[in-house]
Amino acid sequence: MLEVRDLTARYGASQALFGVDLTVAEGQAVALMGRNGMGKTTTVKAICRIIPSQGTLTLEGKDLHRLPSFRVARLGVGLVPEGRRCFRDLTVRENLLATARPGDWTLQSVTALFPRLGERAGQRAASLSGGEQQMLAIGRALMTNPRLLILDEATEGLAPIIRQEIWAAIARLRQETGMAILLIDKSIRELAQVSDRAVIVERGQTVWQGAMSDLTPEITERFVGV
Amino acid sequence: MIGERWINLAVPLALLAVPLYALMADEPFTITLATRATILALAAVGLNIALGIGGLVSLGHAVFFGLGGYAMGILAFHAQNYSPLEIGPLTFAGTKSMPVIWLVAVIVSAMAALLIGALSLRTSGVYFIMITLAFGQMFYYFAISWSAYGGEDGLSIYVRNGFPGLNTLVPIQFFAVCFVVLCLALALNAMLRASPFGLALNAARQVPQRVETVGLNPMRLKLMAFVISGAITGLAGALFADLNRFVSPSMFSWQLSGELIILIVIGGVGRLMGPVVGACLFVALEHWLGGLTDFWHVWLGVVLLGIVLFARGGVVGLLTGKAGPHV
Repeated sequence: MLEVRDLTARYGASQALFGVDLTVAEGQAVALMGRNGMGKTTTVKAICRIIPSQGTLTLEGKDLHRLPSFRVARLGVGLVPEGRRCFRDLTVRENLLATARPGDWTLQSVTALFPRLGERAGQRAASLSGGEQQMLAIGRALMTNPRLLILDEATEGLAPIIRQEIWAAIARLRQETGMAILLIDKSIRELAQVSDRAVIVERGQTVWQGAMSDLTPEITERFVGV
Repeated sequence: MIGERWINLAVPLALLAVPLYALMADEPFTITLATRATILALAAVGLNIALGIGGLVSLGHAVFFGLGGYAMGILAFHAQNYSPLEIGPLTFAGTKSMPVIWLVAVIVSAMAALLIGALSLRTSGVYFIMITLAFGQMFYYFAISWSAYGGEDGLSIYVRNGFPGLNTLVPIQFFAVCFVVLCLALALNAMLRASPFGLALNAARQVPQRVETVGLNPMRLKLMAFVISGAITGLAGALFADLNRFVSPSMFSWQLSGELIILIVIGGVGRLMGPVVGACLFVALEHWLGGLTDFWHVWLGVVLLGIVLFARGGVVGLLTGKAGPHV
């Protein structure tokens, strides 16, 4: 489905990616791992065409390099960005409706996945807790009816009980929809539970990729530092 | 604090009450003042779509106001002189019919907004302000040198244009026409802001980069908003020209663009009734303070300073207790 090969990217004069390789097959969940500052978020930004990049970047054979960011999203790439960034002045309901595209995901199905969003439908996004904002960011991405969902640090900085709730929702997404997911997170235990494969980047390069079951403690200690 | 729904209901009713009282008290000039406030409110309702929802600080909205005015002036000029209007190989007759003039004003303003927006929206921030200002000045100086239609002196239209079934020269009847148009524009504005388009435009104002990653094209959203905004302001220009029965290049002036922004800021940026409250206050201050001193703009400046420093939600924000500049 998503194929990334030898991806390079730079922020002005400073090069951030030196050759990232990763693939996400239909219905597969892939964990993108690595220490802080190694290029995980930059890879996601390049996939979503938020920053320019070079190399192979295709979604179902279509070259994403030729497309602006909004076209990539319309092709079916839904991003839950690091830091949530909900539309603060809009209510929960309006946040979800603003991004809605035709498909199975509707206001009802999103609020069924995250009942808290249903309870706070009329509340402004700015007044939600961090965890609720994160749920809203995931719901907003789902409302675009993506075929590939990218979650960038979806549980970062959240209370353990909220993290559990979000991981449970991700597991439900996997079981019930079979949606392809690319995950970035620091919780290796939870990543291992929901992911089929793992890709590890270090200094802007893919240094390991394989089945989650092949990811040994030695590899994670060496490349992820855990 | 008062709920915004009550304000949305009370403000048009209050605006309607003023000329009705003036009619009973036999004060036709007050009706004309209320009509002026209504038309300025309509122009600002148009600008508020771009500025309030879309966050586009256009310092060139007088272009659309002026185009609406000149659409009225030119069509009525040819009608009153019984001379044909020739555009290239095409020949049109002038008209004194308000609905036809409005249609032309809306189409011309929308087309101009499409062109100006397509170029200006490639920029943002201070560059957007400057480029819209530049377009405004271009139109202003063009109108000054357009001697066929009065140049600097402008065009006088001797008889107000007609509306089927009404005598528009009767102040209360012309007010009624303007008031209904304003109410329709407010209804359109309310529907727009609650529609997926309005929500997406609002989102594009708040986090432009993020809307792209959810599949929305911020450029297209803003351009559509700019076109709708320009069309409504153009319609207000046609009515304003009819109110004064006079069109001049000052309708294109950057001061007028600035005044439209000022009255939105006074009323409340992004609030449905912000432009109406702002326009009413502006006209009231212009009338009362203008009668006391020639330097009434200084006092308007003081009001504006107070609002910008202490009440960023404008008068509507003060009344509702929601201090933010946007809803």
